[in-house]
Amino acid sequence: MSEQTIDLKKRRFLTQAKLEMEFKSLPSKTPVSEQTIDLKKRRFLTQATSVVGAVGVGFVAWPFISSWKPSARAKAAGAPVDVDISKLEAGQLVRVLWRKKPVWIFKRGAEANAALSSPELEALLADPNGSGNSKSQQPAYANNTHRTIEGNEDVAVIVGVCTHLGCSPTYRPEPGAADLGGESWKGGFYCPCHGSKFDLAGRVYAGVPAPTNLVIPPYHFVSDTLIRIGVDPAA
Amino acid sequence: MKTLTKLQLSIAAMALSFSVIASPGVQLEDAKTDITDTASLQNGAKLFMNYCSGCHAISFMRYNRIGSDLGLSDADIEANLMFASDKVGETITTAMPEKGAAAWFGGTPPDLSLVSRSHGTDWIYSYLKGFYADESRVFGVNNHVLENASMPDVLWSLREGQSEDAFDSDVRDITNFLDYVGEPAKLIRTDLGKKVLFFLAILFVLTYLLKKEYWKDVKYGIWRKKD
Amino acid sequence: MKNKQSWIDQRFPLTKVWNEHLAEYYTPRNFNFWYFFGSLAMLVLVMQLVTGIFLTMHFKPDSAQAFASVEYIMRDVEWGWLMRYLHSTGASAFFVVIYLHMYRGLLYGSYKAPRELIWILGMVLYIALMAEAFMGYVLPWGQMSFWGAQVIISLFGSVPVIGPDLLSWILGDYAVGDPALNRFFSLHVVALPLILVVLVFLHIVALHAVGSNNPDGIEIKKNKDKDGIPKDGIPFHPYYSVKDIMGVVAFLMIFCTVVFFAPAMNGYFLENANFVLANPLKTPDHIAPLWYLTPFYSVLRAIPPMFGSQFPGVVGMFAALLILIALPWLDRSPVKSIRYRSAPYKWALGIFVVSFIMLGWLGMQPVNELNAFLARLFTILYFAFFILMPWYTSIGKTKEVPERTTE
Repeated sequence: MSEQTIDLKKRRFLTQAKLEMEFKSLPSKTPVSEQTIDLKKRRFLTQATSVVGAVGVGFVAWPFISSWKPSARAKAAGAPVDVDISKLEAGQLVRVLWRKKPVWIFKRGAEANAALSSPELEALLADPNGSGNSKSQQPAYANNTHRTIEGNEDVAVIVGVCTHLGCSPTYRPEPGAADLGGESWKGGFYCPCHGSKFDLAGRVYAGVPAPTNLVIPPYHFVSDTLIRIGVDPAA
Repeated sequence: MKTLTKLQLSIAAMALSFSVIASPGVQLEDAKTDITDTASLQNGAKLFMNYCSGCHAISFMRYNRIGSDLGLSDADIEANLMFASDKVGETITTAMPEKGAAAWFGGTPPDLSLVSRSHGTDWIYSYLKGFYADESRVFGVNNHVLENASMPDVLWSLREGQSEDAFDSDVRDITNFLDYVGEPAKLIRTDLGKKVLFFLAILFVLTYLLKKEYWKDVKYGIWRKKD
Repeated sequence: MKNKQSWIDQRFPLTKVWNEHLAEYYTPRNFNFWYFFGSLAMLVLVMQLVTGIFLTMHFKPDSAQAFASVEYIMRDVEWGWLMRYLHSTGASAFFVVIYLHMYRGLLYGSYKAPRELIWILGMVLYIALMAEAFMGYVLPWGQMSFWGAQVIISLFGSVPVIGPDLLSWILGDYAVGDPALNRFFSLHVVALPLILVVLVFLHIVALHAVGSNNPDGIEIKKNKDKDGIPKDGIPFHPYYSVKDIMGVVAFLMIFCTVVFFAPAMNGYFLENANFVLANPLKTPDHIAPLWYLTPFYSVLRAIPPMFGSQFPGVVGMFAALLILIALPWLDRSPVKSIRYRSAPYKWALGIFVVSFIMLGWLGMQPVNELNAFLARLFTILYFAFFILMPWYTSIGKTKEVPERTTE
């Protein structure tokens, strides 16, 4: 119990003061046995050990952090996916899984395709040209009005994940649907979670929660009827 | 009551008689493999895929892992190693149907992903070299290392075509490859280990000096004069 | 900074705990090599918890997937192999450290009054650690995992009367299988780690209440200066904190040498047969527990079945473990440290250490006549160390214990 009665703070302070005093008052050539503390050296060693130790902790942390990255198995499962579109008809949409995400492949009729560049529709969209927020939502080769590879403007390939919070929007190609705003609905995708709207090229409407256009994955045509999702076209 | 007695007997048997050592003193040859020899691993991979993978899977191994570890491009792998699959990220299974395997060999040939870890490289090397003619066996051969092995001497054509030294070197390469397949991390493990130890050595010197520095207080009684 | 400290201190005893347990926790100044292993055990515990948490993220506790999921960790998960080797090597390292820690207790009589509770908590920790290690060993679901589990769990089946029911209750099945794997997984990753952490906490609370023993076996609190500080004490921090950090780095150098250059340790840390998927139809040619359990396994095998039952062997094995708890009351010597002990005790301790190591070695060997004889001999010597302790600690001449610690 006697410990409690001591002013430990004072004690510690005095000890420290004594150390400093002894350090300062020592003649430069003190015999080794009586040599006392080199506070500078002590501080340096403490700092050096701390720094090197912290580097070590960083090295150790790295394997643990990177173990959360997609494993070789996940990467293998995320390999490119081939889709045969020989039987795809205008207006029809198929969904495939690529990297565990839904990807839509659908054919737009000539009329719907042409409507994508109508000023009336573009006026409703947040970023119709993909020059604003949606700049990086598609590969460069698909940064056009149709958001497709040149020469295959009628076949759209879009990652079916809403850019708001990740729900998968539903396919509502019919223009003028009463429940989606009648006149102002030009056909496209509607997200049931928070009401975001996208047109048939996956471009987001203005004034909805989703901030950007839907993502276009890398893809190319292996042949006229076979699309490979996950690989850019050969340059 | 009967089950109890039986159980007790079996426990007694288990506890007292783990004495069966199956490998009856077969002298194994030193495989002398070198996992850092990439050329040997590449040759081993090629030989394995040509002579072994028809029957044996290495199903924990992926084609593209072999590629990146042994310095082969995806195109190289597709051309030279991939016979049973069309995707480089796939694991290496065998094309042999299970029913056929049962009929031909009396069972599915074992997966060899971990054979180097369960049996060791010397065993693999000696086994592959251990075949001798024995007309009493289905395939006309028997094996010194694994008596009554139900595997034919698949490497005979490799042996016929070249000198004994060259054949030994090929078998060594296959063994080396299987050693790598057993533990792909082995390729980087020891190198990384040296770096880690070097780092720790530096840290140790610092902590030693730090300790020595602080303990001067104790040594020279500065923390407290010894009365 | 100063403000912040007092803000916290008004709400949480941060400075108080720091001072009481580190900055003004007075520790004997004469600790030697043997005193590194307490902090090292702590280090290994933390290491096992961290690597274990990350392994759990990838492991599948399912008899159809467990084996493959371990190989998945070894190959497909980035750096998974390192985490697995750290964990598997850590398990063995834990026992190396704990055995040396316990031996220190024997050398310097650290279990003697007033530290009996520290010793008992430590022994409970040791037993919990064995259970933890055993269950962890079952998880990879290789041949040794499966058959090791089969043998150890079968021991419970030898309990008279309730044995068979107890056995099937533990297994949740008629043999070792998916239910056993699943419950061992739960115990290994949740229940036992919790128990271990709580026990370590209690172990340290008890230690800090009475203070550390030391190589001289002197109570430093009996000799205080006018400020009430033990004359032979130095604050734990910074003196022992810097010393223990040095010990940690030295330990890590040895540990990493194993992890990076010999993670299987020639079959002692990871057994060859465990790289073969569990097969209920075929027992491996030679099965033995991992090295840290073999001394007790030897005792089990050394005691012959009696009255058609293996139960005496099982009792012997557990007795060998539990008798350690009685040590504080078996030791009648007036001195603690080996430095001042009588000759008979030194002999007894030497024989005990040899017996323990020999039992451990024999537990890994196949049974033959000579080995069976040796196992019995060393089992007798093992128990003799404890049973005869009240006698041999009260005879012989002890040296005079100094007032103050020696260098």
